[in-house]
Amino acid sequence: MRLLPGRRRRRRTGPAPIVPANSIAGSALMTVVAIMSFLACLTVGAVTLVQDASQNWQTDINREITIQIIPRSGVDVAASVDRAVEIARSTPGVTNVTALSDAQNLTLLEPWLGLGLDIEELPIPRLIVISIADPNAVDLDALAAELANVDGASLDDHRLWTERLRAMANVSVIVGFAVLSLMFAATVLSVVFATRGAMAGNQQIVTVLHFIGAEDGFVASEFQRHFLLLGLKGGLAGAALATVLFALIGLATTAVRSTPEGVQVSALFGSFAVGPTGYFGALGVAFAIAILTAITSRWTVFRYLGQVE
Amino acid sequence: MFRFDNVGLRYGTGPEILRDLHFHIEPRSFQYLTGPSGAGKTSLLRLFFLSIRPSRGLISIFGRDAATLRSSELPRIRRRIGVVFQDFRLLDHLTTYENVALALRAVGKPESRYRADVVELLNWVGLGDRINAYPPVLSGGEKQRAAIARAVIGHPEILLADEPTGNVDPPMARRILRLFVELNRLGTSVVIATHDTDLMYRFPARTMAIDDGHLEIHD
Repeated sequence: MRLLPGRRRRRRTGPAPIVPANSIAGSALMTVVAIMSFLACLTVGAVTLVQDASQNWQTDINREITIQIIPRSGVDVAASVDRAVEIARSTPGVTNVTALSDAQNLTLLEPWLGLGLDIEELPIPRLIVISIADPNAVDLDALAAELANVDGASLDDHRLWTERLRAMANVSVIVGFAVLSLMFAATVLSVVFATRGAMAGNQQIVTVLHFIGAEDGFVASEFQRHFLLLGLKGGLAGAALATVLFALIGLATTAVRSTPEGVQVSALFGSFAVGPTGYFGALGVAFAIAILTAITSRWTVFRYLGQVE
Repeated sequence: MFRFDNVGLRYGTGPEILRDLHFHIEPRSFQYLTGPSGAGKTSLLRLFFLSIRPSRGLISIFGRDAATLRSSELPRIRRRIGVVFQDFRLLDHLTTYENVALALRAVGKPESRYRADVVELLNWVGLGDRINAYPPVLSGGEKQRAAIARAVIGHPEILLADEPTGNVDPPMARRILRLFVELNRLGTSVVIATHDTDLMYRFPARTMAIDDGHLEIHD
């Protein structure tokens, strides 16, 4: 048996691939796919981080609401406080109701107004803090309606803040999707160029397949299998790199959590760790990029053959 | 099998390079297509295997008007036509066996169903000991026989060969031509484009002579 000079005898179970893997300029495309996958995974991680943090903020804010009793002329503030406390305690879902004392109010105002303040001289609202275990179990609208009957009372349920947080989280998701779309579009274009290059480089194979009566689908499959593998390798490499980065950031923030900066970061982002959604999202991005690569190459081959025909 | 009626061909806005072609290719027939270089032999072959469309006229292939064939129908039609290229067009990264088996692989046949047929055909064309060799180490004659084997492995009804003896020495040319004659005896129509008058003299057959775009047929 004579073989090509310099060609090593190969042990293989089936026929050789019709389109040789080394005829496709794979390393450059794989690098591009890996970079795109890495950036896409970072985007997914950032979006899930912001979403999780926003969810935590909303939950924390919703677990504590405040009733203000604004002192007005002719209003018995103490009676209003007692009445409001009574209404709050009778509301289902409320776990604790605490009316702040004058001393506690002064402590709260101390950073702005200093020591030695006579609280009777200022029309300072009295505050009642309500703790809630499950924000969904409390009918805040009903509570607000009942408090409307108490002189000077108003309910601050932080709904404005939670709406803003929700809007911000939604915007971050939309921006994330927009960035992902751009990255996928760039990947698609790279694959289109690479596939056309591969087809031009393998013109002889395409022509022969054409004249022996191969269907376009068969020709496309021969190219597609290489690009699927290439996309999978690049996608997983980028996702793996992003996952390592997530883990390193998580470890770094844990290490500096006791510092003042770390405390601030923790206050904003919790543990600053990308959760399971981020890791599964990264894996999903890798497979999505592989599938996208395969579909794009198949589509490009069909278009190319259509033009040749 | 093939019918050309008033067929003309021009590339782009250039002059007509094939004019007023009228002829039939009958089943089990054998014919040469001859003429000087640049006369239009290769263009006519390209019309045969549907690589290009005529500028005018009617081409009927296996009873179908070629102009009405959809792209999706072309592969099935092409499987009924075997083509041997002048430059062989063997794929260098595949063995002789894999090159010949390509047509069967392309239609989705598993190797277990075609291996014996391919080996038998390679033995028949005299390449039984070159099954695992790659094209770059084959001689011109061996490449040509491998290309013929690839063209006929799918049992085409017609075999088109473009200068099949152009790159081999006279003894090998005669051997290759005997293969075509044998295939024709087995029922395949054969059209050989050649300007090798010696071969045509040794194996006389219907001759389609093309010159300056016009075709003359000598039965």
